[in-house]
Amino acid sequence: MADPAKAARPLSPHLQIYRLQLTSVSSILTRITGHALMAGALLAIWWLFSAAISPAYFACADAVVHSWFGALVFTGSLWAVWYHYLAGIRHLIFDAGMGLDIPTAQKLGWACIIGSVLLTAATLYLI
Amino acid sequence: MRYITDHKRATGLGSAGTGTTKHWFMQVTAVILAVLVPIFLYLFGSAIGFSHAQVVERFSNPFTALLTAAVLVVGLRHFAAGTATMIEDYFKGGLRKALIILTTAFSYGLMGMGLYALVRFTV
Repeated sequence: MADPAKAARPLSPHLQIYRLQLTSVSSILTRITGHALMAGALLAIWWLFSAAISPAYFACADAVVHSWFGALVFTGSLWAVWYHYLAGIRHLIFDAGMGLDIPTAQKLGWACIIGSVLLTAATLYLI
Repeated sequence: MRYITDHKRATGLGSAGTGTTKHWFMQVTAVILAVLVPIFLYLFGSAIGFSHAQVVERFSNPFTALLTAAVLVVGLRHFAAGTATMIEDYFKGGLRKALIILTTAFSYGLMGMGLYALVRFTV
């Protein structure tokens, strides 16, 4: 029997050469959007806090919210919150033991991506 | 001689005595947030562009204030637990501990800022 230590077995695929899959990318995006949401939370809480301090302070925070930077953070956060929302529901479905076969899991992945864009547009239209 | 089976001894203990507590915490907070967040997004989103007086009026409304407080507390605890999981995945040792303490403190700090604002609007 050959020495197992000498056999040239392939190592587990490294992330850089591993073909991206919808299921893994949509799962990683859950974590990324969850953490990126801190930007929107910071701006939202600061804006609210400023309104509690004084009208002058509010004018300052409100100007940031209405700048291109504020619009970028809030619009990005809106998409992030909807994506995280749908992906979170998908995780609850997976945790219930449903939708784990590959075709269904891929459909749920697309549902998160397309659904988050649609919900972002709908929210922007509503508010 | 043991009078209890291995299975019986292990039942309910989990890996660290707490098992899936954290996972369950994330599920509970996720379901609560799933209900709160859409309403909050509407109430907060439609307040952007309001004057100072209108913002104060909106967030001193009892329903809006309580809903916002719930989003702050549940949302930031969900964030802190999620961030701690991420840190546990990518960092080790003292750095891991320091980062978890830092992000937890940060989350509670933000929660306090938001709640303080809500109290100020009301009183």
